[in-house]
Amino acid sequence: MTERVATTPGLFPLPDPAKQQLSDLKGHQKGDLISGSESEQIASSYETYRADVIDEQLAAGLDRIVEGQLRWDDMLAHPLAVHENVETGGIVRYYDNNNFYRDPQVTDELTFSGDVASELEAATEILEDRDADAGLQATLPGPYSLFDLATDEHYGDDAAFLDAIGDFLAGEVDAFPEHETLFLLEPSLVENPPADGEDARASEAIDTVAAATDADVVVHTYFGALEEKVYAHLMDADVSALGFDIVAGDRDQTLYNISEYGTKDSAALGISDGQNTLVESPETLDERVTWVDAKLPTQEFDRLYLSTNTEPFYLPVNKHEAKLSAIAEAADIETEEVTA
Amino acid sequence: MSRPADNREQFRPRDHETDHFLLTTVVGSYPKPKWLNRVNDLADDEESKFTHEHLEEAHDDACRVITREHERAGLDTVVDGEMRRNEMVEFFAERIDGYEFNGPVKVWGHNYFDKPSVTEPVTYDEPWLVDEFEFTSNVAEKPVKVPITGPYTLANWAFNEAYDTEEELAYDLADLVNIEIERLVEAGAKYIQIDEPALATTPDDHAIVGACLDRIVENIDEDVRIGLHVCYGDYSRIYPEINDYPIDEFDVELCNDGYEQIDVFADPEFVPDLALGVVDVHTAEVESVEEIKANIRQGLRIVPPERLTVSPDCGVKLLPREVAYEKMQNMVTAAREIEAELDAGEIDLDEPVPLAD
Repeated sequence: MTERVATTPGLFPLPDPAKQQLSDLKGHQKGDLISGSESEQIASSYETYRADVIDEQLAAGLDRIVEGQLRWDDMLAHPLAVHENVETGGIVRYYDNNNFYRDPQVTDELTFSGDVASELEAATEILEDRDADAGLQATLPGPYSLFDLATDEHYGDDAAFLDAIGDFLAGEVDAFPEHETLFLLEPSLVENPPADGEDARASEAIDTVAAATDADVVVHTYFGALEEKVYAHLMDADVSALGFDIVAGDRDQTLYNISEYGTKDSAALGISDGQNTLVESPETLDERVTWVDAKLPTQEFDRLYLSTNTEPFYLPVNKHEAKLSAIAEAADIETEEVTA
Repeated sequence: MSRPADNREQFRPRDHETDHFLLTTVVGSYPKPKWLNRVNDLADDEESKFTHEHLEEAHDDACRVITREHERAGLDTVVDGEMRRNEMVEFFAERIDGYEFNGPVKVWGHNYFDKPSVTEPVTYDEPWLVDEFEFTSNVAEKPVKVPITGPYTLANWAFNEAYDTEEELAYDLADLVNIEIERLVEAGAKYIQIDEPALATTPDDHAIVGACLDRIVENIDEDVRIGLHVCYGDYSRIYPEINDYPIDEFDVELCNDGYEQIDVFADPEFVPDLALGVVDVHTAEVESVEEIKANIRQGLRIVPPERLTVSPDCGVKLLPREVAYEKMQNMVTAAREIEAELDAGEIDLDEPVPLAD
C-alpha cells in the first residue's frame, strides 16, 4: 500500500501582521532586505511568526513540518543572498512571475554559512516544545536552480561554479539538525533546462547534496514538466523521490518521462495550485493522485508526498491555510478507505 | 491594422507658435500631495471622524492641484495624476463585478500587492472612470487623457479561479473596457491610453493583447485617439507584431536604458505614431533640456515629427513631486525648442543621431 505524506515545499507567505511589522522594522528598499545579521528586534519578530506557521501546519495535520522560510526575502536565492562572499546586485525577475529577487553575485569562495541550519535549529526547538509527532522537513534550493539564479564573479566557469554550489549546499546540510526529509527545489530544471553535459553535472551536484544527509531527499520540480533528457539524467541522482508538477504545464510529458525511464520508489506530487487562490477540495486533490496512479499502471509507489506544486508564497495567507488543510485531508483519504 | 492616426491635430493648442507640433503628454500617475496620503490613512481609521464624503472632497482637491500642475508645466494633454487610484489593478478590480480580494501577496522584499481573485465571470456595473474624467475635464483647460489598465494586465495580475484560460478572461475584460471607453467617449473623452505592463513580462502573449485591442476599439470613432503603453520589456519580442495592433499610438519607455532598444523599431517601418519616453522615471536627477532634446532626436529616427509624441518613460509617482514637475517642464521646453528648430530647418532628419553614452 502506498503511504501518503502531506507536506509543503516550504517558503510560506508571511503572516499578514508580519508583513506590516517587518516592513516597518526593515524598510522597503533592496538594501533593507535580510542580510543574515539582522537586529535582535527583527530576529525576535521572525521567531514569533516562525512559531505561528509551525503551529498552523500542526493544526492542519501535515505529516512533515517546514520552518516556513519566512526570512527568505530573495526566495530560493536566499542561501546565497545572506552569504558573506556574495554581493546582492539589482532586482531581477523570479522565473516567469511578477516577483523579484536580488541578484546574488558570488565574489569569493562559497564557504560554510550555517544560516539555514540555525533556522532549522529554532524550528526543532518549537517542535520539541509542542511534542509534535510530525517530523521536520528541511528545504533548500537544488544546486542547479541556485546556480541558475546566481551570478558567478569568482569561479570563472559554469562547471566549477555549479560544483561549488553543490559543495556549499552539502556543507550547509551537514550542519542541519536531525530532519526526516529534505526537499531540494529545482524549478530551473524546468524553466531553464541545463544544456548537454550540464544536465549530467546537475544530477551529480544533487548527489553531492543528498550524500550529506541520512534523511529522505526529494528533488521537487515545478512550473511544468521536465524535458525528457533532463529527466533521464535526473534519474541517475541517488535520491528517495522526484517531485512533479501535476497542476501546471504538460502532465502528459511528465507521465511519458515516468513511463519511459521509471521513477524512484517514492514520488512527490504537486497537486494543489500554489499560484491560484482557488482552494481544491480534498476530494479533488485525491482524484489528482488517483489519476496519476491510474495513468502509471506499472508503477508502484511506496510513498507519495502530497503538496502544492510551487512554493506557496504567491498566495494570500487565508487561501494558503485552506490549501494546507485540504492537502492534509487528501493524504488521509486513502487510509480512511482502507480502515473503514 | 493600425488605426489612421490623423487624430492628433485636435490636441494642438490654438496658440501653438510653430508649424511643427510634437504632442506632449504624461503616462498618468503622479506623486500624491503629502496631505492626501495622510487623509487616506485617516479614511482607513475606523475611529476617525473622517468620512467617505471627506475623502472624495480630498480626492477632488488633489486632482484639481495636479491637473493644474500639469498645465503649468505646459503639457498639451493632461491627466489628474491618478490621485484617486491606489494601484493600477486593485482600482479596477474594485469596480468590476467578479473580482474579490483575499489579502496582500509578495512582489519583492516587503513590497506587497493586494492581488485580487476572479471568482466568477466579470461583468460591467457602474462606470469606472466617467465621474473622474468629467471632474478633470471641468478643471482642465487642456484636453484630458484617460489611462486605463488594459484587460491583459487585469487578467494576468490576478488569480483566475473562474475561467478555463487567462485568455478567455482577458477577452471578457476587453469587452468591459470597450463599454467603459464608449461611456467615456459619450462624456467627451478624446484620448485614451491602455496600459499593458504585463505584456512586457509575458511577450509571447502579444497575439492575445492584439485580440483584446480589437475588442477594445470596436465601434470607437476614429477621432478618438487610442494609445497603448508598455514598459520595461524586451521589445524585440513584440516588434513588429505591434504594427498590426488597432492603435493610433504606441507609448514606450526607452530612456531608462539609454535607447539601447530604439533600433528594434527601425525595421520594418514603424506603423503607429510613437509616444517616446524622454525622461527617466527611476532617477531623481532632472534631465537638462539639452539632454531631453537629444532623446527626442532618437524618436525622430523612427517616425517623422508629425507622428512623434513625447512623454516620460512611465508614471512618475515614485519621484519627489518637485522632481516630477521639473522633468515635465524641461520635457515641454525641449519639445518646443525642437519644434522651432524643425521650423527653421535646423534639424536634418536624415542625419544619424548617436546614442548617448
